[in-house]
Amino acid sequence: MLGIVRQKMLEQSLKKIPPAVSVLRSYSSAAKQMTIRDALNSALDEEMSADSKVFLMGEEVGEYQGAYKITKGLLDKYGPERVLDTPITEAGFTGVAVGAAYYGVKPVVEFMTFNFSMQAIDHIINSAAKTNYMSSGQISVPIVFRGPNGAAAGVGAQHSQCYAAWYASCPGLKVLAPYSSEDARGLLKAAIRDPDPVVFLENELLYGESFPVSDEVLDSSFCLPIGKAKIERKGKDVTIAAYSKMVGYALKAAETLEKDGIDAEVINLRSMRPLDRSMINASVRKTSRLVTVEEAFPQHGVGAEICASIVEESFAYLDAPVERIAGADVPMPYAANLERMAVPQVEDIVRAAKRTCYRSVS
Amino acid sequence: MSLSHHHLNTNILPTLSATIPTPFPLVFSAPIVSFLSFIFYSPLSLPSSPPIFSPFPSSLPTRKKMATAFSPSKFAAQPFPLNTTSQNNPLTIPTTASPFLGSTRKLIRLSSSSNLNIRRRSGTVVAVSDVVKENKSKSTLNLLITKEEGLELYEDMVLGRAFEDMCAQMYYRGKMFGFVHLYNGQEAISTGFIKLLKQQDSVVSTYRDHVHALSKGVSARAVMSELFGKTTGCCRGQGGSMHMFSREHNVLGGFAFIGEGIPVATGAAFTSKYKREVLKEADCDHVTLAFFGDGTCNNGQFFECLNMAALWKLPIVFVVENNLWAIGMSHLRATSDPQIYKKGPAFGMPGVHVNGMDVLKVREVAKEAIGRARRGEGPTLVECETYRFRGHSLADPDELRDPAEKAHYAARDPITALKKYLIENSLASEADLKAIDKKIDEVVEEAVEFADESPVPPRSQLLENVFADPKGFGIGPDGQYRCEDPKFTEGTAQV
Repeated sequence: MLGIVRQKMLEQSLKKIPPAVSVLRSYSSAAKQMTIRDALNSALDEEMSADSKVFLMGEEVGEYQGAYKITKGLLDKYGPERVLDTPITEAGFTGVAVGAAYYGVKPVVEFMTFNFSMQAIDHIINSAAKTNYMSSGQISVPIVFRGPNGAAAGVGAQHSQCYAAWYASCPGLKVLAPYSSEDARGLLKAAIRDPDPVVFLENELLYGESFPVSDEVLDSSFCLPIGKAKIERKGKDVTIAAYSKMVGYALKAAETLEKDGIDAEVINLRSMRPLDRSMINASVRKTSRLVTVEEAFPQHGVGAEICASIVEESFAYLDAPVERIAGADVPMPYAANLERMAVPQVEDIVRAAKRTCYRSVS
Repeated sequence: MSLSHHHLNTNILPTLSATIPTPFPLVFSAPIVSFLSFIFYSPLSLPSSPPIFSPFPSSLPTRKKMATAFSPSKFAAQPFPLNTTSQNNPLTIPTTASPFLGSTRKLIRLSSSSNLNIRRRSGTVVAVSDVVKENKSKSTLNLLITKEEGLELYEDMVLGRAFEDMCAQMYYRGKMFGFVHLYNGQEAISTGFIKLLKQQDSVVSTYRDHVHALSKGVSARAVMSELFGKTTGCCRGQGGSMHMFSREHNVLGGFAFIGEGIPVATGAAFTSKYKREVLKEADCDHVTLAFFGDGTCNNGQFFECLNMAALWKLPIVFVVENNLWAIGMSHLRATSDPQIYKKGPAFGMPGVHVNGMDVLKVREVAKEAIGRARRGEGPTLVECETYRFRGHSLADPDELRDPAEKAHYAARDPITALKKYLIENSLASEADLKAIDKKIDEVVEEAVEFADESPVPPRSQLLENVFADPKGFGIGPDGQYRCEDPKFTEGTAQV
C-alpha cells in the first residue's frame, strides 16, 4: 500500500528527469550526449572548484591525465598540490588519504582498478568505514574511493573482479555504482559532498559510452540522492534489477522480451549500500517476478542479498522463484570465448526472464 | 648537505664497528666513541659514561640469551650496508646529496639552555650526556628542566603507571574485557614526546594507547569508562581499549592492526601541510606523532609512509617504541637489520636512536624532532629503546622473555630514574613527589568509581554513529529514510 505511494512519488520525480531508456547512440534527440568519462571529469572539476578541500590522489592521476583519462586536465587547472600523483603504494596512500580525511579535507582516491584496492582494503574498512562508529561520531571520514570495477576486455583473472558485494557488506561504507552519465555525474557529486566514506565503482568498458543528458544534469549543483534506485524502464511482468554495465544489458533484454510479449521493468540499483530495498520490493509486488543481474561472482553477492530481501519482505507476492544471474563461479579466464561465457550476456537475461514467466508457484 | 647525516643520526657508528674488526666493547676505547657508546643500540653493558640516571649494571651475568643474539662477532661478521667512503675513514660523513636535507644545516644551532660542546656534536643525545656530565661536576644552573616541568613529567609518568596498574586489577576482577595492552615501562616515551605538543597537534597510536591518550589530555575518567564499556567513555563505549579517539585532544586512535596508524598519521600531517599551502591557513604548523613498535618496522606500510613523508616533507615524527618484543617474537629473530633508526636515512630523513627509559633524553630528542617538523623541514624517525614490564597483553603469559632481561630493565625504570634526578638536583623534595603519587592514586581511584557508576550504553546507541549522514541506512519499507523514523534506534540490528 505504501509502496504505491512510493511509486507515485517516483513517477513524479521521473517526470522531471527524462529517463535514459536506451543506450543506443543512434537515439537522436534534442538532449545533449555525454560520455561517462566526461561526466566524471566534469563532476570532479566542478566539485574541486566549489570546495578547495577536495583533492585527488592516485596513481597517474596528474601528469598522465589519469590512467583512463578520467582526470584529464585537472592537474593543469588545480596544480600539483591538489592533484597528487602517488607512488605505487596503495596501502600507504590510501591510509594517508584516510588520515587526511580525519581532519576534514576531502580526498578522492583513485584506484587504477578496484582489484588494487585489495592492497588497501584494511584502510578502507578498518580506518575509514569503522572510524565514525569507533570514535562515537567524533571523527567522520569524508572520503571517496573511486575507480573502475569489474570485468574489462581480456585483462585476466587479477584485473576483473567485481567488488560491489565485498564493500557493500561492510557497515559504515556507502557503495555506489553508476550506469549512465547522469548517474555518474550525480552520484559522484553526491559522493564527494557526503561526509562518509563512499566506494564509487565505475566500469572501464562504459567510460567511452555516451548517454543523453538533460540541462538539469549539466547544472553544477546537480546531485543524486544516495540510497535510491532508479526505474530505467517501467514494466509490469517481471522486474530485472541490475547495476553498472548490466543495466545496459538488461535494457537490451527488455527490448527483446517485449517482442515476446513480456513487459520487463528494469531497475538501475545505483546504490549497493544502502540498498534501495523498498523500491525493489515495491516493484516486485507489482510484477511478482524478479531477475537479478550482476557481473560478479555469484556466491554471497548483491543478487543474493536482493533475493533474501524479497523473500523476507515480499514472499507472498512472488509468482515464481527468483532468478539470479551472475558471472561464472570461476576466476576470469583470458581466452575471449571463455571470457564471454564467464560474464552474463543479454541472452542469459532473456532466458531467465522467460523462465520466471512460464513458471508458477501455485 | 653532507652535514645532514651528521646531526640527528648516528649512522657512523655501524661503520666504526665494521671497520674495526674487534668485538663491540673494545670499540669504546676511543674517547669520542665513549660518549656515543651509551646511545648505541645494544643492551650490553657499556662501562663508560653512564648517564646520570640510568646506570647500566656493570656486569650482566645471566643474559646469555641476549648476549648471543647481540654478540659483537655476529655484528662484525654481517656485512653492513655502508657507503664506501666511510669505510676508509670512519668519521667521514656519507655524502649522499639529498637536496631537501640541505636545510638541516640549521641544526648546528643548539638549544641555548645547555652548554654543549660543539666539537663533539653528533646528535643531541650526546649533547645531553655532555650536559649531564657537566652538571655532575659544576652547578645546577644548566639543568634540562625546570621544577615545574620536572613535576609535570613526573606526574604524567606516574599517572600512566598507576592507571595501567589499575587496569590490570580491574581486568582480573572482570570489569574490563577483551584485549588490554598495558604500557608499563614505556612511560618515558609518551611523556617525553607528548608533553611537548600543543592541543592541535595530533597523536596516532596503536592498541597500546591508553597512556598516549592520557598524556595528550584525555581525562582518566573518560579513558577508564571507555575501558569499562560505559557510555561516559571517550568513545561512549563504542571503541574500547584499542580504539581511543578524541577529537578535542586530537588523538586519532587507537588502531588494532600494526602499521595501520602510520599512514593515518602521515595523512594527518599531510592535512597540516595542505591547510597551510592550499587552504592558506598560514600559521598551521600542526605536527603529528606516530607511535608504533619494533614489529611494525618490518611492515610494508611503514616503509611506504617513510617514503611519502620524506618525499612531501610532511610535519611528522615517526616514533618507534622498540621494546624488543612483538608478543613472543624477539625483534632480533624477526628483523634482518635490527637497528631501526638506520631506516630513516635510507628514505632521506634523519634517524635517531635514544634511550627510551630516560624521559629527559627522550624529551631532548623530541624537542629537536618536533621542532624540525614544525619548521617545515620534514619528518624524523626516532627509535626509542624501551621495554614493557608486563606481557604483550593481559592474556599473554610472557614466558619467553628472560627474567634477567626483565630485571635489567626494571632497574632502569623511568619513573625511579626521574625521581632520582629531581631529588639529586634539588628540583623537588621527597615530600613533593609523594604528594603527587598520592594525588594520582586518588585520580585513578576516582576514575574507577566514576566508571563503575556510569551507565552502560542504551540499546538505541547500537545503531548510532555508523554514518555521519545517517541516510546511509537507506530507505525503509514505508518509503522514508530509515533514520528519520523515530523508532529506528529502538530496534535491534534489524536494518
